[in-house]
Amino acid sequence: MLSHRLHAARKNPLGDIVRVLQDDGSVDPSADPNLSRDDAVRLYRGMTLERILDNRMLALQRQGRIGFYGPSVGQEAAIVGAAMAMEPDDWIVPQYREPGAALLRGMPLKDLICQFMTNGGDPAKGRQMPCHYVFAKGHYLSISSPVGTQIPHAMGIAWGMKLRKEPAAVLVYFGDGATSTPDFHVAMNFAGVYRAPCVFFCNNNQWAISLPVSRQTAGAPLAEKAPAYGMEGVRVDGMDALAVYGAVRRAANAARNGQGPALVEALTYRFGPHSSSDDPSRYRDEKEVAVWMARDPLVRLRRFLEARGWWDEGREASLEKEIGDEITQAVAEAEAMPPVPVETFFEDVYAEPTWNLREELGEARSVRRG
Amino acid sequence: MTQMTMVQAINNALREEMRRDDRVVVLGEDIGKNGGVFRCTEGLIDEFPDRVFDTPLAESGIIGSAIGMALYGLRPVPEIQFMDFIYPAFDQIVSEAAKMRYRSGGQYTVPMTIRTPYGGGIRGGHYHSQSSEAYFTHTPGLKVVVPSTPSDAKGLLTSSIRDPDPVLFLEPKKLYRAFREDVPEGEHTVPLGQALVRREGKDVSLFAWGYMSQVCLDAATKAAGKGIEAEVVDLRTLVPLDVDAVLASVKKTGRAVVVYEAPRTGGYGGAISALLAERAIEYLRGPIVRVAGFDTPFPYALEDVYMPSADRVFAGIDKVMAF
Ligand SMILES: Cc1ncc(C[n+]2csc(CCOP(=O)(O)OP(=O)(O)O)c2C)c(N)n1
Ligand SMILES: [Mg+2]
Repeated sequence: MLSHRLHAARKNPLGDIVRVLQDDGSVDPSADPNLSRDDAVRLYRGMTLERILDNRMLALQRQGRIGFYGPSVGQEAAIVGAAMAMEPDDWIVPQYREPGAALLRGMPLKDLICQFMTNGGDPAKGRQMPCHYVFAKGHYLSISSPVGTQIPHAMGIAWGMKLRKEPAAVLVYFGDGATSTPDFHVAMNFAGVYRAPCVFFCNNNQWAISLPVSRQTAGAPLAEKAPAYGMEGVRVDGMDALAVYGAVRRAANAARNGQGPALVEALTYRFGPHSSSDDPSRYRDEKEVAVWMARDPLVRLRRFLEARGWWDEGREASLEKEIGDEITQAVAEAEAMPPVPVETFFEDVYAEPTWNLREELGEARSVRRG
Repeated sequence: MTQMTMVQAINNALREEMRRDDRVVVLGEDIGKNGGVFRCTEGLIDEFPDRVFDTPLAESGIIGSAIGMALYGLRPVPEIQFMDFIYPAFDQIVSEAAKMRYRSGGQYTVPMTIRTPYGGGIRGGHYHSQSSEAYFTHTPGLKVVVPSTPSDAKGLLTSSIRDPDPVLFLEPKKLYRAFREDVPEGEHTVPLGQALVRREGKDVSLFAWGYMSQVCLDAATKAAGKGIEAEVVDLRTLVPLDVDAVLASVKKTGRAVVVYEAPRTGGYGGAISALLAERAIEYLRGPIVRVAGFDTPFPYALEDVYMPSADRVFAGIDKVMAF
């Protein structure tokens, strides 16, 4: 039984973690999700795109060309691997550190960068600070700053799917810090009671800004919270894209087949700062960072692709160039967009602006003209 | 037309909207088998066993998952058993439901109606009596609706459920069974954002909502005995406010008494008073008077003293008339 497995894991914390990719690039056949060559390359591309995008956006932030950025470097396997496991009719409910998932769902790169620049090209009209995007066409929900608030929404969406008998599921991302919020627990509890087709995906990157996961809860491992809510919990090596993909795929398939929700805890690491406003040297040891960097999820997946003969130096170089060019072009297009027009200020408070909003628009216009 | 109490009118509105639109679902604590602690949802689970849910005891879960349902395309009508227990869901209401349309640039919306009984007068102590509408009227993106009669309860609830934005629907529990009136069977809507002059008068305007509208009608009767013709304006929707109706009444009477059950300081009546001061001061023949709850937690033993009464409203009328 699950609880036995989890208890064993507690005695030997590394003993019960699903892992597919071995260090030499070979796979554990018992857990191999058997991705096709195309899918494996698509996964690798999505992860590489997220890595390069993050580094470029952090650089733009330092140059003052975007106001703020929260990088996901180190977490690409967890983020993109989980998103890859979902079907187009499934919904994705993000925390805030998953741009690779939004891009995989088809969000145009230029739209994403316009959101980071919060200019007139932002499909959400510059309403939120950078890194808070939305892409409804890809069933990718709007990002909220208050940590954990999205988790009950995911539960409600999944509940709706079940009520409408739609064979779909929801993937919701959240951090290790978020598992302390009441919203996490209430959503897990509701999902257990109503057997909602929801995959709770915890990006356990070991830190919530400056707080280590060991101080977030006395009940580690986090996956062990699942049985308390009547669902299965699994821990996966979050630096192993195939392990993440396989675990989420199994959980999502089970959810779609009426077997209820599950919690997947991905053990991963944030290589960089919490955000462009954070200095991690204040609270964590560089030695710890180095240990995790040696498990770089991109390197591990690449070794696998190479071992299969699906990848080589030449392909790597052209992929990097292709992505670099794409980003350069998208940045140029985004920077050419005009600022957010003041006319949009009072839209979308309600479906129809109320009398006071119509009046206030006049006032805001005169401030602009000032 | 059928004679109904407010409880029956609410039940009737829910039933008819559930029949009309299979996206309407109802969820909350004890609302299924038990029909709600005030019986507003009685029998719904028998007719709609797949769309009425007795939930675990967690308000943030009720509202948070209702938001998810609304995002998905349903029309959830969650109930919070008493408004005094809404605070665990406050974050979900003000930071999530109210902001979703705006923050997503219109890509996602939350057409959800939160029903909850509010207000004093039933000997419930401070955890079954509060009127905390001001916390919510202060939140752009949310609509706040308060009926004061059975017929309006049906019409306004129906409009709220059909509204594309999140609505907080406050039910004055003191009026749940206070009286019956004719309520139209079948289709009956009252548009949001329209106040109603419940009694016409030329000397002074009384502005109120919920149970206080009834108190103001009593006060107006009393005033009539002294030769003062008070006009009673029932706001019915607090957000968006029917500013035209409010200003029109004061321009006619030149005097205003704003009556609300919540503690005086920071209450929504303050916003009405400020609006009158800004936009109608040249019509005013005396100070704007607020008759409100006291600035204390809601008391149990002294409830009758706390609740604004017709006498206190009349004293307010007297004050502005004497100016
Ligand atoms: C409710 C709430 N409290 C505090 C914050 C400030 N804050 C933003 S992110 C964060 C840490 C979140 O950690 P975790 O959930 O592990 O996600 P990670 O950033 O590591 O991906 C904090 C404290 C917030 N955004 N929301
Ligand atoms: Mg974290």
